Amino acid sequence: MAVSSFDAAAKLPGQNVRGVSLWQSAGRRLIRNRAAMGGLIVLTVVALLAAFGPLLSPHKYDDVFWDVPFSAPPDFANHFYFGTDANGRDLFVRTLYGARISLMVGILASMVSLIIGVVYGATAGFLGGHADNVMMRIVDIMYSLPFMFFVILLTVFFGRNIFLIFVAIGAVEWLDMARIVRGQTMSLKHREFIEAAHAFGVSGPAIIRRHIIPNILGPVMVFVTLTVPKVILLESFLSFLGLGVQEPMTSWGVLIADGARSMESAPHMLLFPATFLAVTLFSLNFLGDGLRDALDPKDR
Amino acid sequence: MLSFVAKRLLGAIPTLLAIMTIAFFMIRLAPGGPFSSERAVPPEIEANLNRVYHLDEPLVIQYWHYLTSVLVGDFGPSFSYKDYNVTELIWTGFPVSMQLGLTAVLLAVIIGSILGTIAALSQNRAADYGVMAAAMTGITIPNFVMAPLMTLVLGVYLHVLPAGGWGDGVQFQYKILPIVALALPQIAYVARLTRGSMIEVLRSNYIRTARAKGLSERLTITRHAARAALLPVVSYLGPASAAVITGSVVIEQIFSIPGIGRYFIQGALNRDYTLVMGVVIFYGVLIIAFNLIVDVLYGVLDPKLSHR
Repeated sequence: MAVSSFDAAAKLPGQNVRGVSLWQSAGRRLIRNRAAMGGLIVLTVVALLAAFGPLLSPHKYDDVFWDVPFSAPPDFANHFYFGTDANGRDLFVRTLYGARISLMVGILASMVSLIIGVVYGATAGFLGGHADNVMMRIVDIMYSLPFMFFVILLTVFFGRNIFLIFVAIGAVEWLDMARIVRGQTMSLKHREFIEAAHAFGVSGPAIIRRHIIPNILGPVMVFVTLTVPKVILLESFLSFLGLGVQEPMTSWGVLIADGARSMESAPHMLLFPATFLAVTLFSLNFLGDGLRDALDPKDR
Repeated sequence: MLSFVAKRLLGAIPTLLAIMTIAFFMIRLAPGGPFSSERAVPPEIEANLNRVYHLDEPLVIQYWHYLTSVLVGDFGPSFSYKDYNVTELIWTGFPVSMQLGLTAVLLAVIIGSILGTIAALSQNRAADYGVMAAAMTGITIPNFVMAPLMTLVLGVYLHVLPAGGWGDGVQFQYKILPIVALALPQIAYVARLTRGSMIEVLRSNYIRTARAKGLSERLTITRHAARAALLPVVSYLGPASAAVITGSVVIEQIFSIPGIGRYFIQGALNRDYTLVMGVVIFYGVLIIAFNLIVDVLYGVLDPKLSHR
C-alpha cells in the first residue's frame, strides 16, 4: 500500500482525485469518535422525548391527581411512568417539560452569547489598536465580576421572567466567545483575501460580515456546543435555588430541589430528574469534545 | 515585585468601582424603598426619615454616600432581619463560609494534584483512564445533584454521616459531606490540569537529565517535575476560589449551614435588597483579592516572570 500515495501524487489535478475538504475530514473524524456519536444519539433521544414524550402520557404537566398517592414511585397501571411528585402531579410529564425548558434555555441563551460574543470579538479584533485595547479591557473587568451573583440580583429585582433568564445567562456567557473570536479575527486580518477586499473598497462592517465571520465558524461552533451544557447548568442552578422557573412550570433544577427535599421518603423524585440532567450534560460535553478534536486535530 | 503588586492593586480599582456602581444603581431601580414597607408612615415623618438617610438628595450625592459607607464596611440595615445590619450578618456568616471554602480549595489542590500526577505517570493505562473518567464525572455533574445523592447514600441509607446541619460548628462529622461536595468539581479540574501539564513536563529535557543522572523516580517527580507542573494549578486558584464561593451558596442552602451563602439566598428570596447587595459586594472584593494573591504567588513561583 506504500505506493498508493505515490500514485495519487502522480495523477494530474482534475483526474478523479477527490479532495477532502476541512469539513468532510472533520465529519469523518467525528463519526469515528464513539463517545461523541453516543452523545449525539442520546441528545437526539432526549430532544425527541422532550418534544413528543408528553404525548405518550394521558396526563398534563400541571394536573393534580387527588386520588393517587402523592410522592408515589412509578405506577405503570395508572400511566405514572416516573411516579408522582409531592403535589400529586405526573413526574414523567414534568421531567420532560423540564427537558423542554433546559434545552430551550441552552439553545437560546447560547445564541444570545454567540451573537454578542461574535459581534464584539470580531469588531475588537478587526479594529485593533486603541479601540481593541479599550474593548478588551472592558471584557477583563467583566471577567472579574461575580456574575452569578448579578444574575441572581437581576432575577430578584425584575421578577422571575424566563426570557430575562435567557438574556441574563447569555449576557454572562459571551465573554469567552468574544476572546476566542477576537483572537481568530486578529490572525485573519492580514491575510491576502481580506486585503483584497479592502483594495476593492469593501466597507469594514461588510468585511466582518462577509469574510471574517464565515471563516471563524469552526472554533465558534465548537465553543457553542461547550456553552450549551454550561448554560443548562446555570439555569438549573438558578431554578434549584428557587430563583429561576416558577410553578406550575418546571425545570430540572426545580425538580431536583423538590426531590432533594423528599429524598428520604421518595428517592425517585430526585433520581429521575437528576439522571436526565446528568445524562444530557455528559452527552453535550462528549459531543463538544468530539467536535473540538474533529475540527482541530492538532489540539489532541 | 512591589511595582507589580501596586500595578495590580490599581488595576483592581475599576473592577471594584464597576461592582459598586452596578450594585448602587440596581438597588435604586429596585421597587420599594427602606421606609415604604408594610407599616405606612405619615408623609412628614417619611420625609424626615428620608432626609436623615440622605434619600432626598440628588442621586450623585447618594451614590457618593453609598460608596464611602461601603468602603468603611457599612452596608446599611437589613430589610428582613430585625436588629441586624448587613455588616453584622456578613461577619456572623463569614467564619463558617471561610472554613468551608478554604478547606475545599485545600482539598482540591492536594487530592487533585496527586490524582493528576498518578494519571500522568500511567498515561494511557487503566489508572489514567480511571482518574480521567472520574474527573469527567466530577466536572459534569453539578454539585447540587452530587450533594443530595451523596446525602441519600451516606446519610440516609448507610447512616454514616449526618444528612444536614452544621452541628455546633466544632463537630467534624457535620463538615465532611458539605466540604467534599464543594471540593469534588474542583478536585476534578485540578486533576485534569495537573495531568496535562505533568505529561508535558515529563517530556522535557531537564527531567531526562534528572533521570539520566540516576535520580530516583520519586525525587524526580517531587523535586523537579512538580514545581513546573503545578504552575497551571496555581493560576487556576483564582477561578477556583470564585467557583467555590458560588458553589458554597448552593451547598450551604442544601445542608442548611449558617454561612454567608445561605443569608444571600434567604435575602434574595425575601427581597432583602441591602443584604443581597452587601453580599455581592463582599464576595466581589473577596474574588478580586484572591485573584491578586494568586497573581503575586504566580510571579514568585515562576522564574520566567521574575523580571516584572
